[in-house]
Formats: sequence, structure tokens, C-alpha cells
Amino acid sequence: MSKDNQVLEEFSSKEYEHGWSIDLESDSAPKGLSEEIVRFISLKKNEPEWLLEWRLKAFRHWLTMKEPKWPNVKYPPIDYQDIIYYSAPKQKVQPKNLSEVDPELIETFKKLGISLTEQKRLTGVAVDAVIDSISVATTFKEKLGELGIIFCSFSEAVREHPDLVKKYLGTVVPSNDNYYAALNSAVFSDGSFCYIPKGVRCPMELSTYFRINAANTGQFERTLIIAEEGSYVSYLEGCTAPMRDENQLHAAVVELYAMKSAEIKYSTVQNWYPGDKDGKGGIYNFVTKRGICAGDYSKISWTQVETGAAITWKYPSCILKGDYSNGEFYSVAVTNNYQQADTGTKMIHIGKHTRSRIVSKGISIGKSQNSYRGQVHILKRAENARNFSQCDSLLMGDQCGAHTFPYIDVENKSAHVEHEATTSKIGEDQIFYCLQRGIDEEAAIALIVNGYAKEVLKQLPMEFAVEAQKLLALTLEGSVG
Amino acid sequence: MSVTTEKQSFSQDLIASAELSQFTEATASREKAFEDFKLVGLPDGKHEEYKFAPITKLLAKNFNADELYSKPTASNNDLSSLIPKGLGENCVVFVNGVYNKSLSKIKNTSKVVIKSFVEALESHLHVVTEGLTEIAESKDPFALLNSALWQDGLFIHVPAKATGEEPLYIYHLHDATEKKVASHTRLMVVVEKHAEFSIIERTDSLGKHPVFNTINEEILVDENAVFSYCKIQDDHGDLIHVGNTTVHQKKSSRADTYTISLNGKLVRNNLSIIIDGEGCESHFYGLYMTDGDTLVDNHTTVDHRKPNSFSNELYKGLMDGKSKGVFNGKIYVRPDAQKTNAFQSNRNILLSDTATINTKPQLEIWADDVKCSHGCTTGQLDGEALFYLQSRGIPKDTARAMLLYAFAGEVIDAIKDEHVKNYVDSIVSERLHKSY
Repeated sequence: MSKDNQVLEEFSSKEYEHGWSIDLESDSAPKGLSEEIVRFISLKKNEPEWLLEWRLKAFRHWLTMKEPKWPNVKYPPIDYQDIIYYSAPKQKVQPKNLSEVDPELIETFKKLGISLTEQKRLTGVAVDAVIDSISVATTFKEKLGELGIIFCSFSEAVREHPDLVKKYLGTVVPSNDNYYAALNSAVFSDGSFCYIPKGVRCPMELSTYFRINAANTGQFERTLIIAEEGSYVSYLEGCTAPMRDENQLHAAVVELYAMKSAEIKYSTVQNWYPGDKDGKGGIYNFVTKRGICAGDYSKISWTQVETGAAITWKYPSCILKGDYSNGEFYSVAVTNNYQQADTGTKMIHIGKHTRSRIVSKGISIGKSQNSYRGQVHILKRAENARNFSQCDSLLMGDQCGAHTFPYIDVENKSAHVEHEATTSKIGEDQIFYCLQRGIDEEAAIALIVNGYAKEVLKQLPMEFAVEAQKLLALTLEGSVG
Repeated sequence: MSVTTEKQSFSQDLIASAELSQFTEATASREKAFEDFKLVGLPDGKHEEYKFAPITKLLAKNFNADELYSKPTASNNDLSSLIPKGLGENCVVFVNGVYNKSLSKIKNTSKVVIKSFVEALESHLHVVTEGLTEIAESKDPFALLNSALWQDGLFIHVPAKATGEEPLYIYHLHDATEKKVASHTRLMVVVEKHAEFSIIERTDSLGKHPVFNTINEEILVDENAVFSYCKIQDDHGDLIHVGNTTVHQKKSSRADTYTISLNGKLVRNNLSIIIDGEGCESHFYGLYMTDGDTLVDNHTTVDHRKPNSFSNELYKGLMDGKSKGVFNGKIYVRPDAQKTNAFQSNRNILLSDTATINTKPQLEIWADDVKCSHGCTTGQLDGEALFYLQSRGIPKDTARAMLLYAFAGEVIDAIKDEHVKNYVDSIVSERLHKSY
């Protein structure tokens, strides 16, 4: 046992590797939030009148709302007036290619090991890099353009494709949906926009890397993905953030809209700064992610690997409206030290013959708290709906906690809903078996944890799976090697 | 919005008008409970624990605030017909919330002390007061309401090493032929070391006026004791029932609880098992078979406070008509409770298009060396099994009843007491044959 503890301790003392900050000349708004700030952001981004109105409406509604208290997380109250709601890296001219991009930014990506050029050359992934709220470089755009695929920053979409944005913005996550969604709707800075036309299968994985960079800047991205009839897209989102002492608020909104027979695959690797080993600092990650399977036979699949953030509060959900539509949620959430995660999903079955599948794997280490919270709701007219949920928790160390809050609401008799959950630790017999075969304890733990998370990791696109495995290994390093 | 205000005002009416001065016994604990109740009030639709059980709404619709705590009235009707034959030899009967000595038959050969709660306040003051304080810690609004307004109750003391005692039947009967009834009853059971005892409780009523009934039960199972508790609700009237049962288990004790809910308007059972010693074993089973517009809401909590214990939970539900089933099962494993094994299973079958089920199995684990799991399923009858039986010449309705009986059988089979098992078995099969 003592060796176990020692191994865990080593692992717990592992510091965040991606902690550094680059001095970019920020063009920031003053601290605080008011109608003026909302107007300032809108003006700064040259937005049309309707969008400003939309933001203001969301802001006014936000003022009437209260911060939700139901998640199983604890944190000091957030002062929403002490946050800078807009900051953009200074750039006079929009760069046409990578050589025109601020070399410091390129350096940033190199440190992260995801340099744009390398990404381009090796993987063929188009990267829309968001640094401090504004899109700096968008690659492969022309190639995608040939197929009629629009993949650009949100502000660009507002300028170039206002009709599409106007039609779909807020249809999946209304601006008054919840406290953080309303806040995001009022002050969102930038994000990604993606439109796949009818019958097109997107030939590459679309990817965005987010980073929070300037101190005290809450980041409020907004992502909107629209898949027209019969189209397919796989979208990757990944985050790392530099080490900070003040807590940073991150309240993003992601909306997915799938038409008839369309499929959207959305994968996330989240590695925000989790705070140091005493629980100081770290990112607050309060995200609203939701997709709607609007057409028949459509499919939305969420995959997430959550290793970072001091507090995670997110529930990627599917509204299964079309008949025969399909929703999936795969999640690995690892919490260490004082991290707290309250994550899960909602599957709302509205259409007939809809199916959903939930696989959630939680790993809690140190003094962390890891919660799964999910809902499966079968509505009255959802004939022959089918759901399978599995939520497993793995506990490492005797001071952490694992919690499961599944809500299952069934209003149709033909529904078939299954839910199972287990909580356990790594079996001593499993470790013994490995030791017996000459695998040392650290490698044994790595092997077992990897096997435990395999079901989710294998859902990730290949390019991402490598990074996710690296991240998991990194999180377990010290205990794993 | 108007509904919410109405409910709030009902709660406020109750707080404003409740007369605690009518009670002369245990006034201090009543006042404390009522102070706590004032802070929470009656739960509205936003209350997480009462989200699916609109008890306050139903109460506001059927009762005036002052009718919830009025003095209990005696019954002029013969209620003995409500006591099932063969199960009345060792029984205690409450009529409209008051201990009825003439209907009760207690075998006096027993070493077990059975007396009304008010009497016990004198003879066993120390034990009773301790128990009162403990349940007063509950934050459940109806438990607090009961602690403030209880009219009568029962105290059962099973002395150490008392085994082979006859099971005790407790009947809560309500006479609602002429007017509405509200009753608040308490029950305290102390099973001393190495003793064995079993209790069967049942509610029923005459008449069609609404009945509101709360029962607080505080059960202490001491070291190495064995206790079994079966609660049967097959109420023929419009019963709104909230039961708060707390089973406190000490070292190496065993408790089996069965909650069978078959009828009533709205039945809410809060069952809380506290494992407060090593080597405990706790089994709890539930069966809810509902029809019409019945709503059955089972909330169970098992709180593992000490290591090396085992708990196993199985709740099964069959919902027909417009009925609703609600299940919430919590498993808490505290940091000290290493080597805990806790299992929970909830299975439901919906039989009609208008029936619904809301279930929330919940695990909260703070210890790492544990094995905990829960499973939950909702579905309908297996079409292939039905076809198989039909293809062997069994009529569809009978085949259906057979399959449903087999589904419920898992819970019935777990009942250890033969009399109770046969009794539950007979009412369940009667129900199934009547409906199909």
C-alpha cells in the first residue's frame, strides 16, 4: 500500500507542463460588464445591428438570472465585473498565409507541439487557431471552399454569411438557456463556424485550438456547426492554457445542427490549466454544448477527454428530434489534486425509433471530486426509443470522491432504457498479475487505466487519439512513466 | 405562477395557523421540529427531492391548512373487516392515527414491550427522547411536520436475546366515509443486542374522502440483532401518504426491508438506512404495481458510515393506466467506509402509453476501496417470451399475467416470513388476474 501511495504522490506532484505566457499586445476592453461593453464588443467587431440587438437581449435576460447552484462543485463567488470581456491580439492586416502571422503565435503553437505547418504537412488537418478570442489563421480554406464547405471564424461568418448565422444562431442553445449561455450570448468574442452543404462528406478533420492567453481574460467562444442533408463532418476541439494564479472563466457555447441523414462527430480534448497541487488557480470551464438531430436518420456523436480545468461543468447533449436519429456520448474525465468535474450528458428522445448511447469513464485521483450527471428523457411520442448508459468510476487515493446522478425519465412504454454504473479501484489482483509478468507497477497502472478508457479513446479520430493518449499518459506520469 | 403562489400560501397558512398548544406531551421536541419546518416549508415543484411528487399541490387542492392538524376523530364504523383474515392474531390497530386498543390484539406471552407512544414517554423516556432528537435531524419537510404534529404512536422494545417472537402486524386504518382525515403517527422500534424481530405494516381506509397520512418511523437495530420490516400499501381510498423510515444499524446487525406499494392516490416512501457499524448486512426490496392515476414515489438512501458492510437493493415497478412511478436511490459511502460492497438495481416495466417512470439512481462515493454498482432498466414485456407462451396455447392475457407475476416474483420470493409472503403473493396475483 505504501508504494501505492508513494506512486500516487509522485504523480500528484506533477506540475503542469504547458505553463507559460506570451506577451501579445492586447487590444482589450476595460474590466467589467455593462450594456456599454456589449456595444463595445459589437462595435469592435463591426457587427450588424441585428446581432447587437441579439447580444443586448441576451445581456438583459442574463441580468435577471441567477448563477446555478446545483452542480456538485464548490468555488469562491465569481466577480463578473472583474473580468475583461474582450481582448484581441493586435493585427493591422489579415494575414494571407502563415508567413504573415505573428511569429510569436507560431512559437506558441510550436511549444504546444501543434505547429500549423506541421499539421498541414503531416495530417492534412485544417486548423482554425483561436488565440485570445480572435481567429488568426485559417488554413485549407480554399480546398474546403471547392466543396462548398464553409469553415471560418465566427466573426467572418457574420460578415460573409449573415443569412446562415442569423437563421441558426441560438436555435439549439437559446440565448436565455442558462446563466452561462446567456452570458456567452451577450459577450461572445469569436469562435468557429462550419457549414457542410447537402451531400458533402468533409474530406478532412476540422480542428480548432483554443488558448487563453492574456491575464484576466474570460474567453467566450461560440461554435456553430450546420450539417445539411446527407453530409458528414468530424470536428476537433482541443485546449491548453498557460499557468495562472487567478481563476479564469471560460463559458463557451457550441451548437450543432444536423439535418436529415447528416452526421456530426464532435471530439474534444480539454486540458485547461487545472490549478497547482494546492488547488490554487486554474480555469473554470462552464460550457453549454448541445446538438440537435433535426432530420430523420441524423446522428450526433460527442467524444470528450477531460483532463484539465479547476472546475468543469459541461453536459454535451443531443436532442433527438428526427425519427431514427442517433445520439452518442463518450467521455473520459480525469481529475487530480483539487480539481472538480461535474459532467455528463442529456439525451432527449423526441422522434420515433431514436437511439442513444452513453459511455462515461471517470477517474478521480488525489483530493478531486468527479461527478457524472446525466439525463435520458424519453418523451411520449418517442416510440421504440432505445438507450444504453454506462458510467464507471475509478478511484485512486482515499481522499477523492466519485458521484453519479443519472436521471431517467420515461413516458413511453415501448422504450428500452438501460443504465449501469460501477465504482471501484484498480484491483490488487490486476496489479499483482502484471507484476508477476515482469511489468512494473507504474506500467501496470498505465495499462489498466488505458484499458479502462479504451472504449472512449477509440472513438476519437486518429490524429486526436494520439494526443489524447499522450495527455492521459502525461496526467498519469509519475505513477506510470 | 399563480399555482406557485397558491402553494406557497398554503404552506404559509399552515405555518401561521398550526396550533402546537393542543399538545401536552414532548412539547420541546415538537417546537424545535416546527421551527425547522418553518425554514423549509412544504416542498414545491422545484424541490429536488419532491420534483415528481406534487404532494403540496394535492394537499392544497384537497385540504384546508387547518384540516392538516385537527384533532383526530373516532370512527363509528366497524373497521375490523379491513384486517385480513389470518393476519390479525398479533396486531396493533390505529384508527385515524390513534392507537385503538379494542381492535388491537397483543399476545401477552411475549417479552416484547408494546405500548402507545404517549405511555412510553413516561416509562421509557430516555430511549424515546434520544430517538426523537435523532429523527428531528432529518431535513425532510414531512418528517419535520410529523415530529411537530404527531397525534399518537407506538413504541416497541425488543429486549436483548429475545428470539422466536411472533411477527407484529400494525394496521393504520382510516375512516373517511364521512369526512376528510389527516393523521400523523410515529413508530419507534428498539431491537436490542442479539434479538430478532419482524414487523408488518399496512395502511387501508374506508370511504372516498381524501386521507392524508404521515408516519415517522425510527428503528434501531443494535449489535448482532436481526430485524425485518415489511410495509404494504394497498389502500382502497384516496390516500396521500408520506412515510419516513430510518433504520439505524449497529455492528454486525442485519435488516431486511420490503416496501410493497399497490394502491393509493400518492404514496411517498422515504427509506433511509444508516450503516453505523462494521459487518452489517442490509437488504431492501421494493415492489410498486400501480394503475389508475396512482403515483408511487420511493426515495431510498443507504448511508455507509462504517467499513466492511454490505447492502443490496432491488426495486421493481409495474406501471399501468395513467400511473406514475418515481424512484430515487442514493448510496453514500463515507471516507471511513472502506471495503464496502453496495449494490442497487431498479427495474421497471411500463404497461400503458400514459404511464411514466422517473428514476434517478445515485452513487456518492468518498472511499476508494469499495465495490459499488447500480443498474437501472425500463422496458416493456418481452415480446418473444409472450409469443412463446401463446404458441403453447396459453391465452395472451394469462401469458401476460404470468410474465408480470414472474417479474414481481423476484421481490416476493425475497420475503422471508411465510405468512407475509403468502399474503403479498395473494394480493399481487389477485391484482394481476383482475387486470388481465
